[in-house]
Amino acid sequence: MKSRFLGQSWLFWLAVLLIFLVVQWVVMPRFTEFRRMSWVIFPCIMAIICLGLNLIYGFNGQFSLGQWGFYGIGAYASALITYHWTQRVTFPIEGVTLQIPAALQRIVPLAEMQLFHIDAGRSALLLFALLAGGALAAIISLGFGYVVLLRLGSDYFGIATLGFTVMVQVLLINSDLVIPETKGARGMIGIPQMTSFFWAFALLVLALVVMRNIIYSSTGRAIISVREDETAAQAMGIDTLRYKTMSFVLGSFYAGLAGGLYAHLYAFLSPSYFSFQRSFDPMIIIVFGGLGNMTGTLLATFVWAISLEGMRIWLPQGFEAWRFVIYPIALLLLMLFRQQGLLGRVELGFLRAPRWPLRKLGGADMPPAVAAAAAGSAQVEE
Amino acid sequence: MQNLTQRMVAFMRRNWYALIVAALILIWLYGRMRTNPVLFAQFVVDGIRLGFVYGLIALGYTMVYGIVRLINFAHGDVFMVGAYTAFYATTRFRWGFIPAMGLAMGVCAFLAVIIERVAYKPLREAPRIAALITAIGVSFFLEYFTALDFVFTPNFINYTPLPIRFQTWDVGGVTFSNVMLIVIGVSLLCLAVLWYLVYRTKLGKAMRAVAWDKPTARLMGIDVDLVITFTFAVGAALAGLGGMLYVILYPQIRTFLGVMPGLKAFIAAVFGGIGSLPGAFIGSLIIGMIETLSQGYLSSTLRDFIVFSVLIIVLLFKPTGLFGESAKEKA
Repeated sequence: MKSRFLGQSWLFWLAVLLIFLVVQWVVMPRFTEFRRMSWVIFPCIMAIICLGLNLIYGFNGQFSLGQWGFYGIGAYASALITYHWTQRVTFPIEGVTLQIPAALQRIVPLAEMQLFHIDAGRSALLLFALLAGGALAAIISLGFGYVVLLRLGSDYFGIATLGFTVMVQVLLINSDLVIPETKGARGMIGIPQMTSFFWAFALLVLALVVMRNIIYSSTGRAIISVREDETAAQAMGIDTLRYKTMSFVLGSFYAGLAGGLYAHLYAFLSPSYFSFQRSFDPMIIIVFGGLGNMTGTLLATFVWAISLEGMRIWLPQGFEAWRFVIYPIALLLLMLFRQQGLLGRVELGFLRAPRWPLRKLGGADMPPAVAAAAAGSAQVEE
Repeated sequence: MQNLTQRMVAFMRRNWYALIVAALILIWLYGRMRTNPVLFAQFVVDGIRLGFVYGLIALGYTMVYGIVRLINFAHGDVFMVGAYTAFYATTRFRWGFIPAMGLAMGVCAFLAVIIERVAYKPLREAPRIAALITAIGVSFFLEYFTALDFVFTPNFINYTPLPIRFQTWDVGGVTFSNVMLIVIGVSLLCLAVLWYLVYRTKLGKAMRAVAWDKPTARLMGIDVDLVITFTFAVGAALAGLGGMLYVILYPQIRTFLGVMPGLKAFIAAVFGGIGSLPGAFIGSLIIGMIETLSQGYLSSTLRDFIVFSVLIIVLLFKPTGLFGESAKEKA
C-alpha cells in the first residue's frame, strides 16, 4: 500500500520495466527494421488510439468514427512543431556502451549495448510536440463534441464524426495553402524520426494506467452509467453531457498523442493515410477485443497488427493481394461466431476491477458474515 | 405532403436564423447567377444529373436503414459491381443498353440477397455494432476481392465503347446530353415504380409494416425475413442501375469506384432524413447541387469539406434530417 505511483504498486512498475527490457533487448534485435516498426511499435500506437475509442464507444456508448480525424490532427500538429525546432534544441548526452559477454549473446543478440545515448533536448521537444498534438486534438474535440453531443446521439453522432474525419482529410490535403511545410496531398517529409519503442511503450503504459484509474473511479462509474441507460443516469443526478464530452475529449487526446507518435515513427505523413475508410480500423479493433474491455483492446490490437502485417510474409508468393480478402472473411466469421469479441467482458491482470473494501457500518447493522467478508477483502487489498 | 409542408413551416418559425442564413446563401447565388447566367444554369443542370445518380444509391441506404436500422456500408460496393456488370455486358458481350441495365440490376439484387443471407441475417438479434462491423467487412471483401487480378483487376478501366452514343444539344449556351436525359428519365421511372411498390402493393404494405414494428408484423403473418431480403434486393437493384448510369456519365471504372459515391449517397440519405423515400431523393438532389455549385464557385478541392459541413450543420438544426421527423412513417 505504501509506495504507489498512479495507483499501482512498485511490483507492477517493476514488471513493466522488465517487459520493456525484454522486448527492447531480447525480442526487438531479432526482428528486421520493418517488423520492429509494424509488429512492435505501431501496435503500441494503435493501442493508444483504440483505448481512446474504447473510452468513447466501449465505456461511454457514443458511436464515434472521428477518432481517425483527431489522430490526423495530432500527427500533423506535432510534426510541424518538431519540423521547425528539431535543429535548434539539441542537447546530446553521452551514454555508456557496454560490451556484452559471449555467454549473454545467446539471449541478447548484440555485440554491444548502447545505453542512454539520447538527446535530451530533442526528447523534451518530442514530448512537448506529442502533448501539443494531443492538446490540439482535445481542444478541437471539446468544441466539436460539446456542440454535436448536445444535439445528436447514436447513429447520427457516428455520421457527424464520420463527416468530421472526411473534413479533416480534405483540410489536410489543402493544408499547403496555409502551411506550406505540410506539402498538401503530396505528403509531409522531413519530419525527424524520433519515435522509439521506449516512447511508444511508455505512453501506452501511462495511457493504460490512467484509463484504468478513470474507469474504476466514480467518474468511470458515471461514464459507464451513461452507456447503460442515459435516462436513468440523468435521473440519478449525473450530468450526462458533461461525462459524454469528457470521455470524448480524453479519447481524442489519446488519438492526438498517438498521432504524434505515428508522425515521428515513419517520418512521413500523407493525407491519404487519414482517409475515412481507415477510420473503421480502430472501431473494428475494439469490437474485436470486446467493447468496454481494456485487456481485449490491447490484445486485439497486437493480434490485428501482427496478423495483418504478417500476412505479407506468411502468404505464399503471388498471393499477397489476398491479405485484404482473408481479413474481411475473418472479421465476418468472428462477428458470426463471437459477437462479444475476443475476451468479452473478462479483464485480466491489473486491469481487473479492484475489490473495494466494504464500508464498515458498525457491528449492529452488519450481519456477521458480511462483516467478515469486508474484513477479509480489506486485508486482501492491503 | 400537406403534413410535410406544415412541418417545414413550423420548423422555419422555430429556427428563423437558419432561414436568414439560407436567404443569404440564396442571395449570394443569385448574384453569381446575374454575373454569368449560362454558367450557373450549366452548374444546376450538372447538379441535377449528379443528384439523380446519388438518389438511386441513396434509396437503397434509406430503405435498408428504415427496415433493419443498419448502415449498409457494403451498398457502395454493390453499386461498383453493377457498374462492372454493365461494362462487361456492353463491351464484351455486345449487349444493348436495356438488357445490360436489366443484367446489372439482376446481378446486384442477387448479390445483395446472398450478402443479406450470409452476413446480416444471422446477426439480426445481435447488437447492432456486430452487423455494422460485418457490413464494413463485406465492403472490404467486395473491394479487395474484385481487385484481384483474375476478377476485375485493380487498375482503372476506361469505358470506351459506351452503350449509347453521346449526343449533346446546346440550348442557349447550356449543354444537355442525351445521357443526362436518360439518367433523369430512368431515375424518375424507377422512383415511380418504387413508389407504386411501397405504397400500392401488398408487398409494400408488408415492408412498411416490418419497418414499423417487426414482432407485430410477424404476428400478423408477414414473412419478415422474406420482406427484409426483398428490401435489400430492391435497394441493390437500384444501386446497380445507378452504377451503370454513373460509369456512363464518368466513364472510368475501378473497384474502389463505389466508395465516394456510396458515402455521398449515404450522406444524402441522412440529409433528407434516413428512412424516408422522398427525403432520400430530395437530399440527393440537394447534395448533388451543393457539390457542383461549390466545385464551380468556391473550390474543387474543398468540395467535400463544404458538403460535410453542410451536413453537420443541418444535422445540428434538424437531428433527424430534413424529412425524417416522424419516426413511424418509414418505408
